[in-house]
Amino acid sequence: MYRPRIIPVMLLKGEGLTKTIKFKNERYIGDPINAVKIFNDLRADELVFLDILASKEKRTISLDLIREVGEEANMPFAAGGGIKSIQNIKEIINAGAEKVIINTAACLNIDFIEKASNEFGKSTIVVCIDIKKSKFGKYKILNLPRTHPLKNNPIEFAKLIELKGAGEIIVQSVDNDGVMKGYDYKLLKTVSDAVSIPVISLGGAGSISDFEKAINNSHVSAVGAGSLFIYHGSRRGILINYLNYEEKNHLKIQQNE
Amino acid sequence: MKVVVIDYGMGNLRSVYNTVFRLGYSVKVSSEICDINNADKIILPGVGHFNNGMKNLTRFNLLDTIKENVITKQKPILGICLGMQMLADFSEEGNQKGFGWIDSEVISFNRINHLKVPHMGWNTLDFGHKSPLFNGINNQDEFYFAHTFHFNKTNKNQILATSNYIYDFTSAVTKENIVGFQFHPEKSHESGRILLKNFLDYHYV
Repeated sequence: MYRPRIIPVMLLKGEGLTKTIKFKNERYIGDPINAVKIFNDLRADELVFLDILASKEKRTISLDLIREVGEEANMPFAAGGGIKSIQNIKEIINAGAEKVIINTAACLNIDFIEKASNEFGKSTIVVCIDIKKSKFGKYKILNLPRTHPLKNNPIEFAKLIELKGAGEIIVQSVDNDGVMKGYDYKLLKTVSDAVSIPVISLGGAGSISDFEKAINNSHVSAVGAGSLFIYHGSRRGILINYLNYEEKNHLKIQQNE
Repeated sequence: MKVVVIDYGMGNLRSVYNTVFRLGYSVKVSSEICDINNADKIILPGVGHFNNGMKNLTRFNLLDTIKENVITKQKPILGICLGMQMLADFSEEGNQKGFGWIDSEVISFNRINHLKVPHMGWNTLDFGHKSPLFNGINNQDEFYFAHTFHFNKTNKNQILATSNYIYDFTSAVTKENIVGFQFHPEKSHESGRILLKNFLDYHYV
């Protein structure tokens, strides 16, 4: 029986793990390879690594790190950060990642997605869009240039991403990042219902019931979370954790009812 | 025993190598004819477009070598994902012919409900008939899938397992020394490792 994926999303600053709140307030978490070892033992479905400084610093996510993760990981993983050429993707896949995540480059030149999908296959190409609500409650795509006609239209942009051949879309809410009070369910539902490729929710998960809501009400195919899998308790002590067998199976049953 | 993972420029071969290596086998990722000739067992992985897969095998000059090793020398081969699909007669993804060793076509998933395509995630297997390849595996064990196309109208005698996504589809096949998995055993935790080990340890006669 099919089960939606539950994906720990780990943010990198170079070689170290970090965690943000609303894309700010960075806090050092620890060593990524150690986290992979723990997620192996906890049997995580899939892992995502995003280097949040790569684009800004005009480099790509560390290939050495991807190689090390690949040697450890017993589950598939996706890697993103500064990817903007076919050569970048080739190197990352050869280093051991199953998929690449493209964000800034997709916003600057959507045809890159088409090229990448033709070269590596749909299932290898994931596009991540960061969405922020304006003061007036309007959704805006963070990395789309100010003048882009779809800047304020995440749904149309998601459709374009599908049309260009991406295999999945990560929809990340900037406002809910690290807040742990639930996803933006409305946003997720409108995007997910508008495309026929899997949508992954990201930003705001604070409990397992948030996963259920995103799967059952917002129709996402996978749920991503950072803080929930990294922190423990109200004081946010660092303790890597994951769902147990029963909790995972519970999501499976809900999906099929 | 020597294992060769065929490198023909289609997707991530590292993870197959890493898993087989950690299981303790002598394994090489290679596109050299001599490495395939020297190997005892062959793994044909692959992610991407069916046409590119067959074209790359031709371009790397590997088609005849693989055929000779699998058919004449009867070496066991395991096709994974695209590698499995290329064992079939043809795929509607392209216009290239497959190896034609498994009597089947490969078609695209058809969306008829809320479930999205590609089929991406963890799923279980329903076993067609008993096989030593599935020793130690039960119908609760989950495997990682990532694919848009799937086997259809497969010869019933060659179906090893089916899975359900939108509808039932063939997720594992076998015929004599030829095995195909639609899912990725190399990325499926302990269950995947057991399957790979079963394939590598099994003595084909």
